[in-house]
Parts: sequence; C-alpha cells; structure tokens
Amino acid sequence: MASSKYVDALTGRETTGHEWDGIRELNTPLPKWWLYVFYATIIWAAVYMVVFPAVPWLSGYTRGIWGYSSRADLNHAMENLRAQRAVWYEQFAQKSLQEIVQDDRLLQFARAGGEVIFAENCAACHGTGGVGRPGYPVLVDDEWIWGGKLDDVHTTVTYGIRNANADSRQSAMPAFGADGVLTPQEIAAVADHVLSLSGAGPANAEGARVYAENCNVCHGDVGEGIADVGAPALNNSIWLFGGGRDALIAQITRPRQGVMPAWTGRLDDVQIKQVAVYVHTVLGGGQ
Amino acid sequence: MRHEILEKNVILLSICILITVSIGGLVQLVPLFAMEQTIEKVDGVRPYSPLELAGRNIYVREGCYTCHSQQVRPFRDEVERYGHYSLAAESMYDHPFQWGSKRSGPDLARVGGKYSSEWHAAHLTNPRSVVPESIMPPYGFLARRDLNYADIADHLRTLRIVGVPYTDEQIAQAAADVATQAQVEPTDDTDALLARYPKAVVGDFDGNPERVTEMDALVAYLQMLGTLVDFTSYKPELDYR
Repeated sequence: MASSKYVDALTGRETTGHEWDGIRELNTPLPKWWLYVFYATIIWAAVYMVVFPAVPWLSGYTRGIWGYSSRADLNHAMENLRAQRAVWYEQFAQKSLQEIVQDDRLLQFARAGGEVIFAENCAACHGTGGVGRPGYPVLVDDEWIWGGKLDDVHTTVTYGIRNANADSRQSAMPAFGADGVLTPQEIAAVADHVLSLSGAGPANAEGARVYAENCNVCHGDVGEGIADVGAPALNNSIWLFGGGRDALIAQITRPRQGVMPAWTGRLDDVQIKQVAVYVHTVLGGGQ
Repeated sequence: MRHEILEKNVILLSICILITVSIGGLVQLVPLFAMEQTIEKVDGVRPYSPLELAGRNIYVREGCYTCHSQQVRPFRDEVERYGHYSLAAESMYDHPFQWGSKRSGPDLARVGGKYSSEWHAAHLTNPRSVVPESIMPPYGFLARRDLNYADIADHLRTLRIVGVPYTDEQIAQAAADVATQAQVEPTDDTDALLARYPKAVVGDFDGNPERVTEMDALVAYLQMLGTLVDFTSYKPELDYR
C-alpha cells in the first residue's frame, strides 16, 4: 500500500491509503500559507532562544547574545527619570519648606507632584481632594488636630500618627467609661457640656465640673483643642467620629484612636515635601 | 505513507512515544532543578506567622487573587506607584504563590503598612465606605466569623514538608502565637513572637479585641505583605535578569 497512491476520482485528491468498508479518507494537505507561518514560528523560537535569555540550566541560564535584562532596563529607565527630575529634586532636597512655597516654580512643581502622590497614597483614607470621611480628618478645612502649619503637616506625613515608627505622633485619650474613670451619668453630663461649647446645646453645670477635672488638660478650658497632644478642638461643629450626643458618649466611654502610617521609607524625602506642600497650600493649612 | 511503518510495528512505536514524551517532560522538569538559583539572596524574608498564614488561607479561600495581583513588575510606572519590584525571594515560602494575573483592584504586593488596620477592617466590611468608586464586594462576614485555628500547627507542619523552614518551636507555639499576635489579652508578651517572626504586626486588627476573627487574620496578612525584605542591604544589580 505504501507504494501505491489512491486518487479519488471525484476530487482528484490523494487519499490516506486506508480503506474501511469501501470508504477512503481524503489526504487533503494543509494550506501552504498556514504551513509556512508554522515553520516561521519555529524559526522565530530558535532565534529568540539565541538572542534572549531562554534556557535554564544547572549552572544558571542562557543569557542570550543581546544580554537583555528587564531589571537592568528598569534601572536605565529610572536613571533617566531621575535625571529628568534632578533639577527639581536637588532644589527640593536643599531648600526648606518655607523657601519652596515662596518660589513660584517650585511651588507649582510641588503641587502637581503632590496631587498625584496624594491621590495614590492619601485619598484612600482622607478622600479624593481631602474631603475626609468619618474617622479620617477633613484636610480641606482650617481645623488641624496635630497642627496645620507647613512643618506640622510635614512631620505628620513623615512619621504618621500612633503607628510603630519610633517618631510617630503619640497620644491616647483615656477610656473614661470602659476603664471606670467616670460614671455613665458623668459621661452624659460632660457630653452635654461639650455640645454646649459649640452652642449645640444648653449649659450643663455638672458636665462643666467633670470637664474641668478630666478634659481641659488636653482639649483646653473652652474646648479650643491643643495640637501638641493631638487633642482636637471641641468648640466647633467639626467632629471626627460623629457629633451627636450618642457619638460623643461612645467616644468618651471607649475612644476610637485614629492611626496614620508613617510615610518615610515608602515615599522619599522630596515626595513627602511635595505632598506636605500640596496639603498645606492647596487643601488648606493653618499659619 | 511512511507512518504505516510505525503503525504496524508496536516496539518501534513504543520507542518513538518514549522519546517524544521524554523530550516534553525534560523541557518541563529541567528548569525546576535550576529554581534555587532564581531566588535572590535577601535579608528579612521569613515564613508566615501562624496568624498571617491563617489570613493567607482566607485570602486564597475568598479568591482575592482573581482581582488582585501580588507582583510589582519591573516597569517604571509600576515601581513609581507601588514601590520596589517584587523579588522571587518574597514568595519563596508561598504554597501556592499569589502572583495573580489580573488587576481589577490594585496590586497588593506592597500593601503592608500603607493603610491603618482600622482602614482595612472598614474597607473589607464595606469598600464603598472609604473608596466610593470601588467595585469590590463586601467581606463584612469575616468580622463575624471566629477564626478556626485549632489545626494551625498542622498547617505549619505541612508546609515544612514542602520546604518551608518552620522550627519545632514555631510549630509547638503556633496556636498560642495566633492569640498573641491578635492581642486577645493585651498584656501578652510579644517578645517571643517577634523573635520567631520579626516585623510581625501585632494588634487587634478588627476592633474587637475579645475574639480572633477571620478579619483579624486577613488584615494581619495584608499588613505584612511586601514589608519583609531589607532593601537597604539588597544589591539589585547582582540579580539583573
């Protein structure tokens, strides 16, 4: 059979030479274009294996005659990027924050870069554009828990708040209710007093007494807040964890304590300066 | 038709099948023998702490990898956004690795320490509460489910069989370490835990200190992702590839 060719009378094509009960199978060849593309891919693979890193072996791998390395490529790209930014980066690294905000061009660079850095890193908690969320402070207003000066913002961004970094801002409001410092009646009274500080409720003499004994050391005599200890002002209508009476009672009983990560290490010094300038000059910082 | 020779000679056919399958098998197998050399020599990578491992199991169970990759690729835009590109060494104790291949959500390879644990708990409970444009499903049920870690030592033991260097001490202390890392008793001495698992993030992760929940485990895992390698001592130019 191998020597003889069967040709189908109807199509003029060869058959495979097999026969089952008088039925023969046409031996239709692959289209030529398909076959040549297939051969081309085989040649491509062979060339690729010579040119690029390809075959792992017991003592390493074939590196390819072009010496391609994606990591070296990245290093090259990052060096180009650093060179492009160097003119700005050097000035940023050398100048103080005050000098930066007084130089229009540096200020613009800081705001543009800061906006991108903020969107990627800060907006998840503080909201797009710094509008804040319950538990995460609004940054567009002029109220600042840990101080709103440029240097304060810079310090907060660098080291964060209540995290594991040794230089992070630290303070803890006592759990007046959960630890039994105050009775529920006293807590309710002082909550009323706190509401009265911003004119949201009537005065409460009992609450004022409890406040003077427990709260004014950090929050100030009239609830003006003390940034050095991260105690927010209570005499306005800005509330981090909710401003109703129930929310105040909950906060005094078992306070929630906000945590902010340290950004040193994750962002470089210039990036931190940029985002601090952005937060202070675009979103709204204090003097 | 010359294949008739093969089709009618069973010995020859068998020999040819053996050769073909051997080539295919070698192409798949030989690279595995060289795998050790592909792992960079770095300082700081350690096996997962028991709580992190439990969290990782939840990460796998919930299919987080279908939307989140754990692989910062060596491209400029990725390195600018996420940080140093991922190293093979960072997933050498992963069985299986969670590199993923799809990013409906952001890459998570370096998410550790980027947000507070409170944020993670709020975000997992209702992603829209902190990221309005998020399309992630809510996972609030994790905070209501107690973590089942009665068999956590067996997980460590199993991983040791496939090459993760857990010590006898780590296996013996596994269940206790879960409770310590989640701070069930806030006075728990964490020194021993941190000696066994340096850089482990200790704390009550879900705002519910009385219980160890699946939320605690998952957040503990997320908070250590990408934080282990000491990049100050790492020389990337030695591993250009």
